Amino acid sequence: MHSSAALAEQFDDLEQQHESSSFGMWVFLATEVMFFGGLFTAYIIYRNFYLSAFEAGSRLLDVKIGAANTAVLLCSSLTMALGVRAAQLGKKKLLITFLVLTLLLGLAFIGIKLGLEWRHDYLEGFAPGVNWTFHGPDSRHLELFFCFYFFLTGIHALHMVIGAGILTVLIIMAGRGRFSPQRYNPVEVSGLYWHFVDIVWIFLYPLLYLIGGRY
Amino acid sequence: MVGHIVHKKLYFLVFAGLIGLTALTTGVAFIDLGKWNTLAALAIAVCKASLVVLFFMHLRWSSGLMRMALLAAFVWFAILVALTLSDEFTRQWTPVPSSWEAQVQQQAR
Amino acid sequence: MDFGLFGARRRDEERKGHYEMGTAVVEPGIESRVHYLNASYGIKSWLLTTDHKRIAMLYLASITFFFFIGGAAAVLMRLNLISPQGALLEPATYNKLFSMHGIIMVFFFLIPSIPAVLGNFLVPLMIGARDLAFPRLNLLSWYVFMVGGLFTLYAVIAGGVDTGWTFYTPLSTTYANTQVISAALGVFIAGFSSILTGLNFVVTIHKMRAPGLTWFRLPLFLWAIYATSIIQILGTPVLAITLTLVALERVFHVGVFDPAVGGDPILFQHLFWFYSHPAVYIMILPSMGVISELVTAFSKKRIFGYSFIAFSSVAIAVISFLVWGHHMFVAGQSIYAGIVFSVLSFLVAIPSAVKVFNWTATLYKGSVSYQAPMLYALGFIGLFTMGGLTGLFLATLAVDAHVHGTYFVVGHFHYIMVGGAVMGYLGGIHYWWPKISGRMYPDGWARLSAAIIFIGFNLTFFPQYMLGYLGMPRRYAVYAPEFQVLNVMSSAGASILGVGYLIPLVYMVWSMRYGPVAGPNPWGAKGLEWQTPSPPPTENFEETPKVTEEAYAYGTEETQVA
Repeated sequence: MHSSAALAEQFDDLEQQHESSSFGMWVFLATEVMFFGGLFTAYIIYRNFYLSAFEAGSRLLDVKIGAANTAVLLCSSLTMALGVRAAQLGKKKLLITFLVLTLLLGLAFIGIKLGLEWRHDYLEGFAPGVNWTFHGPDSRHLELFFCFYFFLTGIHALHMVIGAGILTVLIIMAGRGRFSPQRYNPVEVSGLYWHFVDIVWIFLYPLLYLIGGRY
Repeated sequence: MVGHIVHKKLYFLVFAGLIGLTALTTGVAFIDLGKWNTLAALAIAVCKASLVVLFFMHLRWSSGLMRMALLAAFVWFAILVALTLSDEFTRQWTPVPSSWEAQVQQQAR
Repeated sequence: MDFGLFGARRRDEERKGHYEMGTAVVEPGIESRVHYLNASYGIKSWLLTTDHKRIAMLYLASITFFFFIGGAAAVLMRLNLISPQGALLEPATYNKLFSMHGIIMVFFFLIPSIPAVLGNFLVPLMIGARDLAFPRLNLLSWYVFMVGGLFTLYAVIAGGVDTGWTFYTPLSTTYANTQVISAALGVFIAGFSSILTGLNFVVTIHKMRAPGLTWFRLPLFLWAIYATSIIQILGTPVLAITLTLVALERVFHVGVFDPAVGGDPILFQHLFWFYSHPAVYIMILPSMGVISELVTAFSKKRIFGYSFIAFSSVAIAVISFLVWGHHMFVAGQSIYAGIVFSVLSFLVAIPSAVKVFNWTATLYKGSVSYQAPMLYALGFIGLFTMGGLTGLFLATLAVDAHVHGTYFVVGHFHYIMVGGAVMGYLGGIHYWWPKISGRMYPDGWARLSAAIIFIGFNLTFFPQYMLGYLGMPRRYAVYAPEFQVLNVMSSAGASILGVGYLIPLVYMVWSMRYGPVAGPNPWGAKGLEWQTPSPPPTENFEETPKVTEEAYAYGTEETQVA
């Protein structure tokens, strides 16, 4: 039977395999929530103590770029979801198309964040530890804000890079015809991972860019 | 065994909702709501995240076990935040011995 | 070699194809039976294995190695403490030794020990599965663990780290000039191994139980492993991000935890202990699971209060996340938070006590026999109770103000970790050794070692309670002269303890070759792992077993074959 090649030895049937695979990824995402959670906790505390400095820092970030990047990532989630759907339907060419689009959008996000935003902040002297030139009032607390800005977006970007790697592997596997409606777990769980990274950004965007008293 | 297959249209609808909420949250940031700004931003973020989780990540059609996994993560994050804040926010409640007053005032935030 | 197992030998004799215990009569053809150890040969077949049993053996070798390295650091420390001025070491070196002792023992021995060795071996067997849910991920776990170990060994060789295993800031971020980053990196990487193992166990236990094996028929060892896995999954990531922040602060000279720029060093402690307190339950829960198995097997009686023990494991896992502030009572934490954490810490003692009561009640009117595993179990119950009680003393804010940072704390956690966790680990290794190796160890030597360990342990660590109460600080290379007698006692005890640990190493290795061959169920115990040959074949069971009886169904006439 066609499905027997798709079934790993330790499982009794495809359903058990599929459910175990998805459940495993959800458990992993729970660990990621706690990983980012530690950073968010620290951010919440410092924001509360140094509100004016953190608001000033937030205002120094470019909302237009942030919003555009958010849109890019949301698009990539759409294409990823459509890709999983294509895998479920056994449509190989469509799957590859959507995976490639997702990858390109992800790379665009990283490019904008690193190449545009980070570069700009570095050149303007707002890069703690590397190029910090601001010496006005409250500069130490402003530096703390930028620490968190770079740590949060940096670790997020790292997760995106890993996601890009995973997508590349998926594209190659899809090209070799390794997925079918009976066995498409790798695409589905990679999708879960990708959406999660998107969700982290959904929270980062307002917490970094939007609560700076821009009125 | 194939999982639930979602209609393309639903994905596009969710996407439209996500873009709309992004525009909303960006717009609201430029309006002065005082302390409600933060709450509004977070509430909208939660809505967006819920859309992604329920529809893109298929949680709406997944078993209770997966929902428990996600719920557990958020509850544990809440424990981390709540108990840490219980210390950070209550340190100033205890009056400081008088010889330290001057130093504390100097470092006052 | 008399086992004192009434009935077991006779029952065994009635079964086909088993081997006579103690007289080493070997049936022809035993070596031709294929099992997981001889199914394939060569180093590649071990280093690229996905068989959970072989991976368990890889872990066994690794953690034994790390145990003796961490032990060597302890030996040097105790030698130094024979004299009040420090007999052997400069304080700077002493600081590095206690740091490495802590890091290696916690992260590279205790945390993996029972889950990665006994858990990996037994989880699929106990649920009637062919392997874990993700066998390749399991192998990856081991490699990740080894890479973490390598970074940590590098840190030792390149000069060591002196911040303590707790990496407190600002020493670790600003002032230490030792291998903080490589040690932190080693721990960070090993943490991933822990997460992946926990993930594997949770998915496996949820999804791969044999037909008829409901949650409340699971062996209590699996409830303990499940609860432990929850902690590993939800806690370890916070340690990861915390160590990352320490490394980032050191590399970029930024001030996340630095008061000079408005950072809060106590925030580090919150983030660190959010994981590290539940981590101590990662270390003790699996051991409690082993004790549940041992107590019932060596009393030949169904465990008393099965569901209480099962729920207490989960309760411990959950409540353990609510108490971390008890490590920070005198660190500058708000006293209101301190009160909350103190109350919650009292709460977490309750489920542990429930277990002790239930084990004791199991012994009552049971047919108790005293082989080595049972000696370890009984030792555990007594020593864990003492360690747990002193934990309550420490949870009391007013007492902790005086004994925090003293040897009282050191005594407390060693009673739990060594008197508890390590004894449970050794008891489990002995109990399941016939299943793992197909051979029996010499029980006389094993009982002797258990006795030596018990004596050596108490001589080492009981004086430390007294030292702490009298005011001797911990993590000091020198001390006031009035503490010398107790310190010498403790060091003497440590040498006895060391001998006690070395003897099993010798006879276990000996038994792999020369020990009497073991049958499928030398203890006459209940549980699916005893329904398959010793050692098990690679796929564990000829046919997936069907479970029809409750856990620990002793006293029924049913013979074991499922």
